[in-house]
Amino acid sequence: MEVFFQQIINGLTLGSIYALIALGYTMVYGIIQLINFAHGEIFAAGGYIGVIVLSFMQARGVLDTHPFLGLLLAFVLAMIYCAFLAVALETVAYRPLRGASRLALLLSALGMSIFLSNGMMLAQGVYDKAYPHFFTSGGFEVGGVIVTNMQVFIIIGSVLLMIGLNLFVNRTRLGKAMRSTAQDRVMSAILGINANKTIVTTFVIGAVLAAAAGVMVGLYYGSVRFDMGFIPGIKAFSAAVLGGIGNLTGAMLGGMIIGMVEIFAAGYLASEYKDVFAFIILILVLYFRPTGIMGEQVDDTRV
Amino acid sequence: MKFVIVLIWAFILLFPMLGIEGGRFVWDRVLKVMAVITAAGMLVLIYHYFLKGLSFRPKTFDASTKHRPPRKLLIGLGVAGVLALPWIADNYTRDIAINVLIYISLGLGLNIVIGLAGLLDLGYIAFYAVGAYTYALLNTNFGVPFWLALPVGCVISAGVGGFIGYPTLKMRGDYLAIVTLGFGEIIRIVLNNWDSVTKGPNGILGIKAPGLFYPVVENGSIEFAHLYLKNLIWLYYLILAIAVLIMLAVYRLNTSRIGRAWMAVREDETAAELTGIHTTRMKLYAYMLGAIFAGFAGAFFAAKVRYVNPSSFIFLESALVLCIVVLGGMGSIRGIIIGAVAIIVLPEMFRGLALYRMAAFGGAMTAMMVFRPEGLLPAKRKAQEVEMERKIADTP
Repeated sequence: MEVFFQQIINGLTLGSIYALIALGYTMVYGIIQLINFAHGEIFAAGGYIGVIVLSFMQARGVLDTHPFLGLLLAFVLAMIYCAFLAVALETVAYRPLRGASRLALLLSALGMSIFLSNGMMLAQGVYDKAYPHFFTSGGFEVGGVIVTNMQVFIIIGSVLLMIGLNLFVNRTRLGKAMRSTAQDRVMSAILGINANKTIVTTFVIGAVLAAAAGVMVGLYYGSVRFDMGFIPGIKAFSAAVLGGIGNLTGAMLGGMIIGMVEIFAAGYLASEYKDVFAFIILILVLYFRPTGIMGEQVDDTRV
Repeated sequence: MKFVIVLIWAFILLFPMLGIEGGRFVWDRVLKVMAVITAAGMLVLIYHYFLKGLSFRPKTFDASTKHRPPRKLLIGLGVAGVLALPWIADNYTRDIAINVLIYISLGLGLNIVIGLAGLLDLGYIAFYAVGAYTYALLNTNFGVPFWLALPVGCVISAGVGGFIGYPTLKMRGDYLAIVTLGFGEIIRIVLNNWDSVTKGPNGILGIKAPGLFYPVVENGSIEFAHLYLKNLIWLYYLILAIAVLIMLAVYRLNTSRIGRAWMAVREDETAAELTGIHTTRMKLYAYMLGAIFAGFAGAFFAAKVRYVNPSSFIFLESALVLCIVVLGGMGSIRGIIIGAVAIIVLPEMFRGLALYRMAAFGGAMTAMMVFRPEGLLPAKRKAQEVEMERKIADTP
């Protein structure tokens, strides 16, 4: 039983990370119907900026005196960096292809994904980059279940980010513009909503969430790698499809489910196949319920 | 002004990645890369302002045909060159030539899926793996010869393709991309972990080369002697035959009823459905046919290297084949041949720059989509379409 609860904690941690990444996929897909392959690389870039900032501060000795300030700074800088990256990406690779065929857009996204992951390899090397250890190690025990500080931090942090996102999308003018552009780009353009600006905003928000997830993964697992965005990227996309693509709550839920399934499958079935289960879920969802759990109507006219 | 913004932007993106090492700032790498970007940007600007009026593309083709040597002669020379290649080249060149032919076969197979039917398959290498492992397992466990394993491998590849394709092809096109991406990973993970059958990451050793029976007249009676085609020359001719076979098949399919149906599906699925094309079935055909050709190439690969392991079937390989198809020009056989030669041979020539290879391919892929979506040597019909679209777009 203790193992079971332990797995739930682990699953929640992993699930919140997937959910954060999945949100970026689902928002971009909702607004321009593009599987943004480079999203996984944005997530990896966030992880890299986190490690760069933290080791910079550790070497300067700042990390020992103000650990929480340092952590905050790492998150904020990673988010800013990824926002810049996402804007560049959108301007260079996606905006010129507005109105082109979907295949061209998809290939362009894939090209950027390959370019970014290999670019990171060239800049930062092939090997894992280790995060500095500081408050990652602590933890406490509740009824035989060990909960590390890191896990609490990740879960609370992602929940806060998701609440923030929900407030943003539902309460602000820009959020309203995003929703209306996702529903009908032409109509909302006629009503005076700047489509390009809205799309860039969407990319930036997705990138900010992915950056946070990247730093969290780095802190949680202790290291980052240039190709670390690839597999979590596919899994997060599976989560987005599972939740119903274009649906924010669905993406959060889907991320949690994928994380849980992965942890439980690894714990009880076969750990070496843990990466396979997300894909199996994806294929099963497409077989039986292509619109996902929280799926809204996805009809062919939006294609 | 725009240029300055681009430079600042590039600096913001590059500096954290290149310029901070441990606790200090390192400037030289950042400045080097920035210098390259500035120079490239300057070139683009110069081109933009001064040379835009000049056109590098020949306007028409028909006028220049008179001055060219006759087409038949060129083709004859080409065929003779390809046939003679293994006799005049050394083993290294032969090996590269064989690789190019393998990738041409793969590219042609993927071309059916992407270029003709317009479906993005990102796990294409999985079928290559299925073909390779089918032959490897059948041969090492049951001693099945190459020629028998080839059709079996194709059937299994097609079956797997149908299994994966059926649920996804009913959906919108871009789900296929992610499902195939996931599927490619599944295959690799399974090959890596299913130790009892695939021997895991160690791979399968001791695969026999393809054999050939040839008649020998001995003491008045005819006997059949057996010869293993281990020699690179023989293997070259074998893969050449496979590639030519696939080429002919693709060529014939292009203008066939099925081929036209694929193109209709690619251009507008709803309209195609309304004209009476069974779109799901057509897409499934394309997908399975692509899988079959990859299975062919895979079986040959196993027979050539006589060793398979999962690391030959990573995502980068799928991306490489995709690059061949995209760079060469989707839907065009000539384009794919050029693409395969470029993508396999160029890195061999610039060994020192091997690290930059994939980054360059990725960048080239995006640049291609933005600037010249029809590819280097586009299929004629596709080129006309693109030209048409441009004209429509240009008319005010």
